[in-house]
Amino acid sequence: MNTQTADSGMRDTRLLQIVRKQRIQDFIFHKLTLSFSLIVLISLVGILISLAVAAWPTFQKFGVGFIWRVEWDIINEEFGAAIAIFGTLASATIAILIAMPLSFGIALFLTETCPTWLRRPLGTAIELLAAVPSIIYGMFGLFIFAPLFAEYGQPALQSTLGQMPLLGPLFGGAMNGIGIMAAGLILAFMILPFIAAVMRDVFEIVPSILRESAYGLGCTTWEVVRHIVLPYTQQGVIGGVMLGLGRALGETMAVTFVIGNSQRISASLFSPGSSIASTLANEFGEAADFHLSTLFALGLLLFLITFVVLACAKILIIRTERAKGLKT
Amino acid sequence: MNAIFKKFAVVAASALMMTSAAHAADITGAGATFPYPIYAKWAEAYKKSTNIGLNYQSIGSSGGIRQIRAKTVTFGGTDAPVSGADLDKDGMVQFPAILGGVVPVINLEGFKPGELKVTGEVLADMFMGNIQKWNDPKIAALNPGKKLPDQAITVVHRADGSGTTFIFTDYLNEVSAAWKEKVGKGAAVKWPAATSVGGKGNEGVAANVGRVKGAIGYVEYAYAKKNNIPHLQLRNLSGKFVDPDDKTFAAAAAGADWFSVPGMGISLVNLKGNDSWPITGASFVLMYKNADDKAASQQALKFFEWSFKNGKEMAVELDYVPLPDALTKAIADKVWTQIAK
Repeated sequence: MNTQTADSGMRDTRLLQIVRKQRIQDFIFHKLTLSFSLIVLISLVGILISLAVAAWPTFQKFGVGFIWRVEWDIINEEFGAAIAIFGTLASATIAILIAMPLSFGIALFLTETCPTWLRRPLGTAIELLAAVPSIIYGMFGLFIFAPLFAEYGQPALQSTLGQMPLLGPLFGGAMNGIGIMAAGLILAFMILPFIAAVMRDVFEIVPSILRESAYGLGCTTWEVVRHIVLPYTQQGVIGGVMLGLGRALGETMAVTFVIGNSQRISASLFSPGSSIASTLANEFGEAADFHLSTLFALGLLLFLITFVVLACAKILIIRTERAKGLKT
Repeated sequence: MNAIFKKFAVVAASALMMTSAAHAADITGAGATFPYPIYAKWAEAYKKSTNIGLNYQSIGSSGGIRQIRAKTVTFGGTDAPVSGADLDKDGMVQFPAILGGVVPVINLEGFKPGELKVTGEVLADMFMGNIQKWNDPKIAALNPGKKLPDQAITVVHRADGSGTTFIFTDYLNEVSAAWKEKVGKGAAVKWPAATSVGGKGNEGVAANVGRVKGAIGYVEYAYAKKNNIPHLQLRNLSGKFVDPDDKTFAAAAAGADWFSVPGMGISLVNLKGNDSWPITGASFVLMYKNADDKAASQQALKFFEWSFKNGKEMAVELDYVPLPDALTKAIADKVWTQIAK
């Protein structure tokens, strides 16, 4: 009896010891992972603060008006961000307009109508496209795509869309093969695999019971996609598109190669322009004093634009979630 | 076991000491990209003969000036000379290290290198967008008997800030009052022509000129020569049309009065001389008179002394123009003597 209690007591203390040890382990593990994630937050805030500090002289001189000022004169130190912001948004918009329907079609084909033996190689090809470094896209864009685009693409666009009353000016002007339009097209190619891969993944998670029931009711493939797959995967699709948009906004090297790098806003999408990222890449090397500060200001604006875009995406997703919750 | 460990420790320690010794002896510099190929070549040869290396980072002229002001390097390189007043303020000296030329290049069907002639004013008008077609009467008047196409001119310029742009705009600034008033000179300027396109680096400009029919751009001479891109003949100050080559660059340098400006920061564009190529420029070196590390400064001077003496052929090989002997002697006598030992 006595020995038994002593035995159990000993076991208790041993158990306690183990529990305590595990608790300490848990505690350390918790703090360690916490500090890891704090590093991300701290560096994010750090980047934001250091950008803002370096950009301060610019905003001090031009005020908030810096954002919509159309001017980039390095020698006379007259700067405005409008040209670069316009180039960034215009090229990213073109990219999304082209890449979204294309990748939707790709994802649809891969998940709904593709023969099984072709699924694997096609899917892998798309993933490989996403792994191509951006400088390769830039070189391809400048040396191969741009000449072809100038020779065939631009004349074709100008003689068709360029003749329409409202759209006409967008496709006017000299046809060099490089410019905002070319940058948008190259960007479309770059973000296409990202969007397509995300869309394919979310299309695949639609429960087959839903899909099969719809087919059983006599739905066509399009009806299944429109009324079953899309509503079920809405957020994922939006998320994929926003991921692509985020990449398009910040893409530097490929855009620098094909956007034409001139500090001008023009009505025509064929004319050269510049994006925030391309301006930074081009001018950092030789920038001094105030010019350097304006580049930091541009960087800060890019940061904010990307942040706003991603925030909008998040809000959109939360809203659709809520709407769905109300419906059911 | 212990013995092996000891041996290993000794080897490791001596290896460590050797590398640190080599590092201590390395000369550090940063700045202009224009002279980078020749500095690298000189450094390689210098290392072979003296076992002292050079660590030159071609981060751009403004970067070079920033680095030397921050005292992170022993010398800074810049294509746009620093003014005498700024040099005095910082307690620095400045001297040229290498010369080179910039050439306007074109893509015009049926025209071989040097076949088309222009003056500085016409060139400025083309880059300003005032002359928009190749068959403009102003170009035709300079090229009697040539059949010029009715083709639009596309201006191609450097998108990145660059010493090449500085030298080129320095020239346009010199020859055209309108350019001076509207644009000015600098490592990057606001290009006024409505058709202008920017390319990144010499290769970006060359690629765009090669691709766009009717394009005109400007690149470093070595780049145009190596890739056989058709250039324009230019009329120099003496009224002669000249082709760019090492002789016309040297002729331009010969006409220069280096010590007319404090800090030797003269402009070499549009100088007198029957044979001088009008768009010639120098790349400069910046050093402290009273550096914190005086031994390092002397090491850097030794490198330049050696390179000026032994590096001429290497410079010619890379299509640069070495400084004439009289000039290097003057630099050694008048500039290097100001640097404290």
